Amino acid sequence: MHGKALPYLLLMPATLFLCVFFLYPFALVAFEAFTRDGGFTLDNFRTMTGNWKFPVAFWNTILLAAIVVPIQLVMALLMATVVSRLETGRGAALYIFAIPLGISDLAAGLIWLAIFDQSGFLNTLLSNLGLVDRPVMFLGYQSKLTIFVAVVLAEIWRATAIMMVILVAGIGLIPREYHEAAEVFGASPWKRFVKITLPLLRPSLQTAIILRVILAFEVFAVVAALGGTNFPVLMGETYNWQFSLQDRNVAAAFALLILAISVGLTLFFLRVLRVPKEARI
Amino acid sequence: MSAVAEMPIAAPAARKAGNWLLVATVILLSVWVLLPIYLLMVNALSSPEEVTAFPKRFFPSFDFGSLSFFINFAGVGRALWNSVLVATLTMILSIGFGAPAGYALSRFDFPGKGTFRFLVLMTRAFPLPLLALPLAVMFIRTGLDDTAIGLALVHTTLALPFAVLITFSLFSGIPVELEEAAWTLGCTRLQAFRKVILPLALPGIAASAVFAFTISWNEVFAAAVLTIENRTLTAFLLQSLGESPLYLKFAGGAALVIPALIFIFAVRKYLFAMWGIANR
Repeated sequence: MHGKALPYLLLMPATLFLCVFFLYPFALVAFEAFTRDGGFTLDNFRTMTGNWKFPVAFWNTILLAAIVVPIQLVMALLMATVVSRLETGRGAALYIFAIPLGISDLAAGLIWLAIFDQSGFLNTLLSNLGLVDRPVMFLGYQSKLTIFVAVVLAEIWRATAIMMVILVAGIGLIPREYHEAAEVFGASPWKRFVKITLPLLRPSLQTAIILRVILAFEVFAVVAALGGTNFPVLMGETYNWQFSLQDRNVAAAFALLILAISVGLTLFFLRVLRVPKEARI
Repeated sequence: MSAVAEMPIAAPAARKAGNWLLVATVILLSVWVLLPIYLLMVNALSSPEEVTAFPKRFFPSFDFGSLSFFINFAGVGRALWNSVLVATLTMILSIGFGAPAGYALSRFDFPGKGTFRFLVLMTRAFPLPLLALPLAVMFIRTGLDDTAIGLALVHTTLALPFAVLITFSLFSGIPVELEEAAWTLGCTRLQAFRKVILPLALPGIAASAVFAFTISWNEVFAAAVLTIENRTLTAFLLQSLGESPLYLKFAGGAALVIPALIFIFAVRKYLFAMWGIANR
């Protein structure tokens, strides 16, 4: 039991587990997406794309990710730099900024429902300020734009923390000497940020962006809480096909599409933000 | 010359202005994070009539009507219990499988190590909750459908990579010399691990266990797909979104949020160590 066998024995449970519950289901979902009643077919994909909700859900998801992720990146960078410059109260600020990390996406949706609902706090504020006569219906089926804005805000609120935490850890890895040297040579804080922090932060930026983009394509419960069926997204449609429409194969096709987008974007960001081995800290 | 002489006076002033800006930014960002949670709590701590009334007050009336309606609502007690059960199982499974792997990665060099790390890191490039779809069929065949353990297995795929990476960094942080010293003093490998390494690693392991619990507690999609009778709290809330009254939703939201606040507080020290290693 000594020597060579031990590490493999220790790795065995986790490896077996990932094979059965990670690799195998992926094979299964691909198989289900391409078959119907036992035969190979592309019908599931045709059914998926043929549904009138599909383009709406597809573009809603893409648009959400395209708007939310860049804003989050900027906010997370702001939070991380602010926190790393803080001398007192650093721990408290970090904890507060990290809170949404532990909050369920469903709970985040409900939190923002409390604000955007017709009898919610935003309407109360607007009517207290005399801006509206009676409560506005922000989340009704005719107000796609305000639903979109509410979802964007809730997503930014909920998932900036995950990027912030990764970036704070990454900033911590940058040796202080670089900043001190730049300061000696008279570089302004902004210049130091652009010329030192950003380039050296690239590995963390890469991780943060990849993780966040994948999460962005999984957006589901926030939308369910705020928009219900008025704002279809890919993950929500997957759920619908599995449950309401009871068609596993089409649901699998949706799953495969989301997977393909996620993997494609992961590879894209791995390539674009590639860090040469020599340039690592 | 005079410009140089002025420098020491100007610099502290600029620094002071910078500090004010810094503090203002921190406060603003904190309000951005905390205010929405506060507003949810105002709703949860108001009576059902107040929750649906308009205009709203910005302070809670500390009426427990909404919360007691929520607790007594059919299915809520069971859903809460299921959530705790699934999260506990997830915690046990992911630490049970993950910690040995993390230890092996930190202490041994062996062929296949890179492959295993790649497998673990790969899980992060996939939207894992989707795995619940194919597993739903597999579970029906094996009798795991609609059970706590079935859902916990899916949640473990979410939590396991974290458990492996966190314990890997934990064990890497404990000098191997400590272990070797124990061996030379006559400890077996297992004894050395139990008496020397484990006590040192325990707080970190506990933190990653709490993290695993939180991941499961918060998960919505897989929970909603895999449970019907034995719904967890998130699945219950999601499936009753359409018909449940506002005060039930907000009380339910609060029930989800409050444990999460405590969990994050408990592991706050480890959050950054956890994600720091996610960089590599």
